[in-house]
Amino acid sequence: MSILINKETKVICQGFTGAQGTFHSEQAIAYGTKMVGGVTPGKGGTMHLGLPVFNTVLEAVEATAADASVIYVPAPFCKDSILEAAFAGVKLIICITEGIPTLDMLDVKVKCDELGVRLIGPNCPGVITPGECKIGIQPGFIHMPGKVGIVSRSGTLTYEAVKQTTDAGFGQSTCVGIGGDPIPGSSFIDILKMFQADPQTEAIVMIGEIGGSAEEEAASFIKAHVTKPVVAYIAGVTAPEGKRMGHAGAIISGGKGTADEKFAALQDAGVKTVRSLADIGTALAEITGWKHK
Amino acid sequence: MNLHEYQAKQLFAEYGLPVSTGFAVETAEAAAQACHDIGGERWVVKAQVHAGGRGKAGGVKLVTSPEDAHDFAAQWLGKRLVTYQTDANGQPVSRILVEACTDFVKELYLGAVVDRSSRRVVFMASTEGGVDIEKVANETPEKILRVTIDPTIGAQPFQGRYLAYKLGLQDDQVKQFTNIFLSLATLFVEHDVALLEVNPLVIRTDGHLHCLDAKITIDSNALYRQPKLRAMRDPGQDDPREAHAAEFELNYVALDGDIGCMVNGAGLAMGTMDIVNHHGGKPANFLDVGGGATKERVSEAFKIILSDSNVKAVFINIFGGIVRCDMIAEGVIGAVKEVGVKVPVVVRLEGNNAALGSKVLAESGLNIIAASSLSDAAIRVVAAARGEQE
Repeated sequence: MSILINKETKVICQGFTGAQGTFHSEQAIAYGTKMVGGVTPGKGGTMHLGLPVFNTVLEAVEATAADASVIYVPAPFCKDSILEAAFAGVKLIICITEGIPTLDMLDVKVKCDELGVRLIGPNCPGVITPGECKIGIQPGFIHMPGKVGIVSRSGTLTYEAVKQTTDAGFGQSTCVGIGGDPIPGSSFIDILKMFQADPQTEAIVMIGEIGGSAEEEAASFIKAHVTKPVVAYIAGVTAPEGKRMGHAGAIISGGKGTADEKFAALQDAGVKTVRSLADIGTALAEITGWKHK
Repeated sequence: MNLHEYQAKQLFAEYGLPVSTGFAVETAEAAAQACHDIGGERWVVKAQVHAGGRGKAGGVKLVTSPEDAHDFAAQWLGKRLVTYQTDANGQPVSRILVEACTDFVKELYLGAVVDRSSRRVVFMASTEGGVDIEKVANETPEKILRVTIDPTIGAQPFQGRYLAYKLGLQDDQVKQFTNIFLSLATLFVEHDVALLEVNPLVIRTDGHLHCLDAKITIDSNALYRQPKLRAMRDPGQDDPREAHAAEFELNYVALDGDIGCMVNGAGLAMGTMDIVNHHGGKPANFLDVGGGATKERVSEAFKIILSDSNVKAVFINIFGGIVRCDMIAEGVIGAVKEVGVKVPVVVRLEGNNAALGSKVLAESGLNIIAASSLSDAAIRVVAAARGEQE
């Protein structure tokens, strides 16, 4: 078991024939992801990377019975692309693109919720179930099938956690990048719920950062509903107030959204927090009793 | 992106909102002339900077003659205004807003923001106007009224009436407030606003509502479709190093420490600052070179980091996902040679071809310390910044 995706997941790519779509689809196919086609308006009927290209998501879904779509189209067109996939009946949409206007996401989120669509991202590395299916821009080779579920607002910090859990010999069940935007398609809570229910996931690593209150909300959820051990790291202890730290969502405003508040909320929920991101692997070993390789 | 008060009020005026007659001027003579053009006997002169707290810092004044307006402008134009919201250098004053003076009996607050938890635009109103609203929210949260805008139907008149009656407004004021509320909600959506504040929204002595101040922050991600707002950008208000970095698509934020950081990925860049701090050092900056850390970008990042004279050591932390670490190593070597880096450089490479990258660095003969792990790198760079020998 795993969450969201596995070796059976049939995936299409929107923005398939563009540079990003092409490169990362090639990588995904090489990893073993069941890519079944792609969508680029105007290029329908052609073949790309040995797979059929469609003009619309609806045609692609009808022809391939795709379960999931990954989106690499430029930010100004993402609202349209996400909604196209949602209305075509795709139940899992993973949007990698960074820089989508916030107001676009408010509309998108309302519709995805109405249609029962699970949206991951935007501004995220994607989702990977090691050894089975990679949807996104992650370096596949650092992953190892295993028992730790990882959920994170940051791409490169996810890779750090992945590397440490691979080096320790624990491996990962599924890794989910929920993205660094202020309005993500899925929250920590959405993913924590799935990890709690997934038998393969024995422990959870949660990586947050400054800005907003998603980590505090996750802490309340963990306190009430998560029985599996959780290790958490929050980036941005040294970030100044009022400055956007790369990610659109990583900003302390009005004294709210600091790393210290988030650490405190998570500790109160019984989560093992680490102040150095190099300590994630050892902290996991400590709270689970697993032997660190 | 922040707008100046005078720019925000221009937008307000386009939406029919009640704002004072005013002119944004760039010379002292024009300030005096603006008083004549506006007419009356009293005017308010306001330094235009991207920061709050201007009044307390002396950047806002009531004047009773065009000469006083002239003198105020002469005093501030070309200077920097330091408020509790700016850094110690303050923000440059290149324009003064000269406005007709408005007499009022009460100050209210009206603001709107994208609320991340509810994923909605939320309007907030309070009878406690004219003061720091964050303080009101912390100390007396019951004094903040809220309405949530449904994105599919937009703001509704009943929501405006709800706020108006709760604020204690009466008769025609309720209608005026509802119109202001609805216009601001339209402005918010049509201009991709991230934050909007009217603080204070005043009740004039004649009983009419009036927007005395205006603050607008625009969602930078949406500037591609807001050409009019893009043209309102005032680069003079940005930190010069941050603006320069942005030209090269580098995310840079200056801090006050002495360890320069160069990292790929925003989260890891924050994590790197934190681990430096965790081991007793102080980061000089946040810098994300992005996913594709090419030689050119690494070189430009070096130049920006070293333009900060406080930097005593540089920490390069790269997790090679898609990019190869040996390529990054070549880029670092090239940049160190080109820029002539004098301070010690500690490099931690992880991921794709990391071992090969470290070997390339070790054999370069340059003052580059190749660290074996993240913690090791942090400890070494902190020691290097203190001048401790390897």
